[in-house]
Amino acid sequence: MMGHGLNSLEFSLIVCLVGAAAGFLGALTGLGGGVVITPVLTLLFGIDIRYAIGATLVSVIATSSGAASAFLKEGFSNIRIGMFLEIATTFGAIAGAFLATRIPTSALGVILGLVLLYSAFLSTRPKPEIRDSDPADPLAERLHLNSSYPTPHGWQAYRVQRVKTGFGLMFGAGAVSGMLGIGSGALKVLAMDHAMRIPFKVSTSTSNFMIGVTAAASAGVYLNRGYIDPALAMPVMLGVSAGSLLGARHLSGAETRALRVIFGVVVAVLAVEMIYSGLRGRI
Amino acid sequence: MQRQEEHVDRIIGILLRAGVLTAASVVFAGGVWYLARFGMLVPNYRTFHGETPDLRSVGGVWNGALALQPRSIIQFGLLLLIATPIARVAFSVVAFAVQRDRLYLAITLVVLMVLLWSVSGMGYAPR
Repeated sequence: MMGHGLNSLEFSLIVCLVGAAAGFLGALTGLGGGVVITPVLTLLFGIDIRYAIGATLVSVIATSSGAASAFLKEGFSNIRIGMFLEIATTFGAIAGAFLATRIPTSALGVILGLVLLYSAFLSTRPKPEIRDSDPADPLAERLHLNSSYPTPHGWQAYRVQRVKTGFGLMFGAGAVSGMLGIGSGALKVLAMDHAMRIPFKVSTSTSNFMIGVTAAASAGVYLNRGYIDPALAMPVMLGVSAGSLLGARHLSGAETRALRVIFGVVVAVLAVEMIYSGLRGRI
Repeated sequence: MQRQEEHVDRIIGILLRAGVLTAASVVFAGGVWYLARFGMLVPNYRTFHGETPDLRSVGGVWNGALALQPRSIIQFGLLLLIATPIARVAFSVVAFAVQRDRLYLAITLVVLMVLLWSVSGMGYAPR
């Protein structure tokens, strides 16, 4: 599309609209708008993946921070779990961002495609809500990670398990986020859900908080490496923020089920295309 | 305890929303100006050159924004956005200090240091 000589004004308007659509669908489906922006910018607009990653990362911070106030109101976030795990994700993010500056862009494309496929797959799986009361990890006790959250039947206590495993997985999630410029919320929820047995609502809203902090950590590296182009990040960030604000207001409703499936298919197609182009060395 | 945390959450919510709104306004203003001046040029992001040094560091962006360079103004807005979650962590440092929670004061300080180190580019920024 870029080869057809769009000027900056036309280009910005189109990218802004694409970003708004991605942000809207990303918020509705919980996948986040960031997951489709980088593939769309690289595959459709022919933009170098490093510029695309820099612009996407910035918009991830906007959606995470913008959604946080809604999450905070509900009282599900656990700030201690978030802060403790942030140590892992921020170090991971910086490691990932450095890695991204070293490995070939085609490899980045393939890895991004694989992560997208996995995220799309995870979003289709059912979400367990109330856990049986397994014995807690003594480390969770010492770190004061155990807490309770509001349910329709009153406050439900939960105890965090396998703290070390979760911490390790979070380093990985941070590295993926830093390497690819995405929020990698799906991976964060996975670590908290499956390893640490944190209730889904708590892990989702805590992960939303962590996404912004993790992205800020790698944003520093990208800024200093010259990956963040203001003229490209501007329409992406404004479009994605506006779209996800709108999307967050329409969270409930039956029609989201169909949209979720459609968006999942779009993500999967982009992922396969990303892997294919990466393997062919066209990214 | 519960009520105090709800109060803290409300302030954090306001802080985050204000940060995103301010950043978006600055980015928008810079963007309008940029497009008014250079909107007819054809951009090229096909090949990666990296940004010029003045757009790569906090100090450089600040100077450019003061000189009213449109690209620097956008970049300054993006820096405000990056600063928003960092401000939230800084706020948590204060909240844990007030609660006299030494363990979490230390944990939060580590996270804050990592973030500030990353944004400052100290020790790794290309010369």
